[in-house]
Amino acid sequence: MKNKKISIYSVLMGIFITFIVIITLYPIIYMLSVSLSQDIYVMKSQVTLFPKGFNIKMYKLVLSDKRIFTAYGNTIIYVLTGTALSLAITITGAFALSKKRMIFSKFFSIMIIITMFFGGGMIPTFLTVRSLGILDSIWAVILPGAVSTWNLILMRSFFDEFPTEIEESGRLDGLNEIGILWYLVLPVSTAVLATIGLFYAVAQWNSFFAPFIYLKSSSKFPLQLILRELLSAGSSNGDANSISGDSIVVEESLKYATVIVSIAPIIAVYPFLQKYFVKGVMIGAVKG
Amino acid sequence: MAQNVISLKSKRAGSIKEIQGKTLSKQLYDNRFLLLLFLPCFLYYVIFKYVPMWGLLISFKDFKAFLGFSASHWVGLKHYYAFFSSPDAFVLIKNTLQLGLYSLIWGFPAPIIFALVLNEVRNMKLKKFVQTVSYMPHFLSVVVVSGMLISFLSPIRGIVNTMIEAMGGEAVNFLSNASYFRTIYVASDIWQQLGWGAIIYLAALSGIDPQLYEAAEIDGANKYKQLINITLPSIAPTIIIMLLLRTGSVLDVGFEKVMLLYNPAIYDTADVISTYVYRQGIVSGNMSYAAAIGLFNSVINLCLLVSSNLISKRLTETSLW
Repeated sequence: MKNKKISIYSVLMGIFITFIVIITLYPIIYMLSVSLSQDIYVMKSQVTLFPKGFNIKMYKLVLSDKRIFTAYGNTIIYVLTGTALSLAITITGAFALSKKRMIFSKFFSIMIIITMFFGGGMIPTFLTVRSLGILDSIWAVILPGAVSTWNLILMRSFFDEFPTEIEESGRLDGLNEIGILWYLVLPVSTAVLATIGLFYAVAQWNSFFAPFIYLKSSSKFPLQLILRELLSAGSSNGDANSISGDSIVVEESLKYATVIVSIAPIIAVYPFLQKYFVKGVMIGAVKG
Repeated sequence: MAQNVISLKSKRAGSIKEIQGKTLSKQLYDNRFLLLLFLPCFLYYVIFKYVPMWGLLISFKDFKAFLGFSASHWVGLKHYYAFFSSPDAFVLIKNTLQLGLYSLIWGFPAPIIFALVLNEVRNMKLKKFVQTVSYMPHFLSVVVVSGMLISFLSPIRGIVNTMIEAMGGEAVNFLSNASYFRTIYVASDIWQQLGWGAIIYLAALSGIDPQLYEAAEIDGANKYKQLINITLPSIAPTIIIMLLLRTGSVLDVGFEKVMLLYNPAIYDTADVISTYVYRQGIVSGNMSYAAAIGLFNSVINLCLLVSSNLISKRLTETSLW
């Protein structure tokens, strides 16, 4: 009797888990298959799971497209510059905040926490960015969101754990706080740097709001804006055809190939960084 | 020995007196390296967080770009009156609240249920695999997810409609029909955040002492009773904190996704405060009017957060601050 009950229970769980896995993976597999199939099968909606008439024509098309190429380059520049800048400000800020003896330390903490619950919002922020004269430049893309308060607090709580004895010994050796941070703290903080760096990089790679609001010239557009033009074009296939040139291209194949190209770097990397970001989310939850 | 302690104590007392006696400039000088390290962070918060907060004052002015911020005229609550007396106000507030509430009601329990089920999986390799897969959608951008939705739900060759037609149904133009918008929005949100949201609960679950379950089994408690009496009470504080954080952002409906998914045909249910602020402010240039609506939105959010925190403090002694 008892055995039977347990087996029903595990069967239900098995079904639930399988359902989640399928519903998560299927959209990606479907897009991959369509993008690798021959036009004719896509047109007839015959591709469901595996590619039919396997070919990589779409990927050649996407990778040789000038607009996508430029946008990809822009995204990489924004991600590298943005992540480096964000990390630098977050590291130095968090380290200073973790030293409770710093003058005004309490005031600075409160000043930062307040922004988690109240902010100026879209319009005043836009006006600020405009009056700084950085509209339509890389700075408008990376500066307004450079620091995430959540990440800052996460990093501060990590620095809080740093043993004061080591810091004291550093001070005896004649190091000031900048030296302590650089020579003693950072070398043992690679895990948290990887975590926060990943958070910033992913956010910048996927960022849509800032470039959408602040950028005007299409030569500066990151990948997400080009993707939006392609994907949200709906059934009017003006954009899709302009890429394909003279040959007729099925819109979906092209869209999906572009999506796959845009998500590939992140999908390829995140499973290996799992332990870092899981830890990051957990520290944030416990300390935040 | 005793003398040593006393001398140490008096030394410490002396150093405290010394700190109090220090002048401000001396303290600033002593902290110069720390302050220097903090400077970029400070500038960031002042320029990109506090200047815009100050800038909210334009919602009480008639902002003209050629006059600039300070020369524009004060108009008091004019823009607030204009908003609340317009027919849009009611629809916008209703849409925003409904979308936020549905996201909360359906989206909040989903990761908890997923974590509870995953926690029961004993095969570690399988568990790891399912977890890794479940994080994936979190890493997709809002543009990609919206684009997938538009494409999959399209009446022409969209996979969902192809399936419906294969089963003998008729194709539905999902994104042009106002009544489907909320479901699409909430369901795709759950799809994207299910695994990521579960991380915290899985951590809380792994912290439960296994002896509790062993004792319960000896006492003859079945799985259901174990869930009610051990599991849920153990992760309740985590659930409450997450709920509080979510409540504070009920009106913070994701601007980006609505913006990418909606079209004028479904403004009835899809237009929310933030998209309206965007169209009024950035697109049409009514900066003051748009800022007023934005401020109204932020204030309501703050009130929601403070009051839910208060309620939680009373009832459960768990609070954010």
